[in-house]
Amino acid sequence: MAWNKLTYTGWGRARVASGLVARPERRSTLSRDLAETRAPAFGMRRSYGDVALNDEGRAYDMTRLDRVIAFDPATGGVEVEAGMPIGDLGRAFANKGWIPPVMPGTGFATVGGCIANDVHGKNHHVMGSFGQHVTAITLIQGAKTRKITPKSAPDLWQATVGGLGQTGVIASAKLQLMPCKGDMMVLTERRIDGLDAFLVAFDESRTDYTVGWMDATATGARLGRGILEEGEITSGINKSRDAVKSVPFNAPSWALSAPVVRVFNELYFRRVPAKGRTSVKPITEPFFPLDAIHNWNRLYGKRGFHQFQCVVPMDQVEVLRMMLTRIGTSGLASPLAVLKKMGTGRGGYMSFPMEGYTLAVDFPNRDGAEEVISELTDMAHDAGGRIYFAKDSVASAAQIAGMYPDQDTWAKAVAKADPERTFETDLVRRLGLRDGTGAA
Amino acid sequence: MQQSWIILGATSSMARAMARRLAKEGATLFLCGRDMDDLAATAADCLARGAATAEALPFDARDTNTFAEIIERATTEEGVINCAVFVGSMPEQSDIDATPALIAGVVTDSHTGPATFLHMLAPHIEARGQGTVVGVGSVAGDRGRIGNYVYGSAKAGFATYLSGLRNRLTRAGGHVVTVKPGFVDTAMTWGIEGMFLVASPDAVAGDILTAVAKKKNVIYTPFFWRYIMLIIRHIPEFIFKKMSI
Repeated sequence: MAWNKLTYTGWGRARVASGLVARPERRSTLSRDLAETRAPAFGMRRSYGDVALNDEGRAYDMTRLDRVIAFDPATGGVEVEAGMPIGDLGRAFANKGWIPPVMPGTGFATVGGCIANDVHGKNHHVMGSFGQHVTAITLIQGAKTRKITPKSAPDLWQATVGGLGQTGVIASAKLQLMPCKGDMMVLTERRIDGLDAFLVAFDESRTDYTVGWMDATATGARLGRGILEEGEITSGINKSRDAVKSVPFNAPSWALSAPVVRVFNELYFRRVPAKGRTSVKPITEPFFPLDAIHNWNRLYGKRGFHQFQCVVPMDQVEVLRMMLTRIGTSGLASPLAVLKKMGTGRGGYMSFPMEGYTLAVDFPNRDGAEEVISELTDMAHDAGGRIYFAKDSVASAAQIAGMYPDQDTWAKAVAKADPERTFETDLVRRLGLRDGTGAA
Repeated sequence: MQQSWIILGATSSMARAMARRLAKEGATLFLCGRDMDDLAATAADCLARGAATAEALPFDARDTNTFAEIIERATTEEGVINCAVFVGSMPEQSDIDATPALIAGVVTDSHTGPATFLHMLAPHIEARGQGTVVGVGSVAGDRGRIGNYVYGSAKAGFATYLSGLRNRLTRAGGHVVTVKPGFVDTAMTWGIEGMFLVASPDAVAGDILTAVAKKKNVIYTPFFWRYIMLIIRHIPEFIFKKMSI
């Protein structure tokens, strides 16, 4: 087996790991290699922090295992290798009338990563989380390969979905696709004046796909203003976009300085006319708004960035307001801030979603950013909410204690599946997740 | 008209990328190689992506008995029969130095095996009056270097064979594209130190299909390898023999 000494990062690039990485191109190679050397796996490394990193250890790059294994056009059941990007899966089947029921904000995320982080989409309030539509998982635990379903191994299943790769390497999975009319989306965008208006808009929205962009630099009366996007899938002809842009080099530090971001956000807010607008777009645009700009993480410069994402219970709106005030006055927020109302759906013990409001904000990796994120993490904790491990690169073990009530159950299942802790990653070590402090 | 493609060495990442692109165009695919499980997986993948049919067939460059069945199967299809050759093997030079008998295998995998297959296929292309052969050589075939001259010499032989085949098939309406990839990000190069300007298999596949459409004769991919190799070929031998690039 060939091991390559690599230095690699998550999407935020603020956390770095060095170690030996193997990149099997065939399933037989993956099984053979894992029987010899157990190590965690990663896909496209679109998680922001260190959940996909194993510094000074070994890891498997799954991106070459990206094939459709079987597809049943009658039922919409599909089995794919874990390294397949979810956007590719969508593109392969949307024009045949089937679509993954849950898609995260980037089509580059792999199916294995979507399961390990139990990702959610803009339709979480309708369809729940990704793991809820997975029907079988092939899990390689060293020399042993197991095909599990929610019925055949309920405990291991719940520990694997949203389980951060700690029960073994996800080699392939069966998913139930959802029928769809076509591969276009009717998208309505309208301006929202502030946080309260946002919450009302979420309550009144009846569309399948609903998400809010927020101007995280806004303070005072404008606090929480933004744009609400509501979409429904429709039929039509998808003229595939051919012009993919790329950020060719690391941007200078002033590119996302406070005044530039404030001006950008003002313009972005005004992009949508005051009376709103409706348009029809290929589904990839509203699903994956940033995928058309490759390497957009370079906009944050060499030092990279952090993303903070939390969910707080529905009745904790005041905490949300405090968070937005803290972010707005920090002068550190970037143009990327997203608010969404979540339903109850979740697939595993450590799945992020819970009923409430989820807020995601990017921060350039500058002085003060980690302190602000740390404060926000404490606020989420005190509000009975939780942070999203796929995004985190800052929290400490003490800060997340109690956020995930099933953490002890998960830790027990994981200890059984991987007693030697061979699948641990940097995030799992940093947060002491496998030590099981969830009941604290 | 329906396009059929025989892909030899279809387990390689370049071949897999090309098969996917052909699948999107609705081609009929015969994926040939030794790892039948892997070929079956690629076939299923190509079917899901739009291939008219995709079948896995056993092919071993060192066993000419496996050749006829592939040609028989492919020629039952109507339309145009094309063939892309991705096979080749490159043992460590130090292993070859220790065991010179390995040379025969390298030459069979990279030159005489595929040439024998193409020779069996050529009359069918001539009979149909059309069809393209894509032969993947290597920039290593442009000049013998201390690091991999056995592999390089086999690829050089294959390139010469392809130019002769081009001469022959052109008269009958067929065409031959010789492809010389530089460093490609494959299992073969993973972990090798000193790789630079590495191209993705998908980019190489895109270049190959453009060359097929435009009926190019010899392409380097990515294109700039043409200039790199132009320089390397023109280094005088009395200097080159002391270099280890």
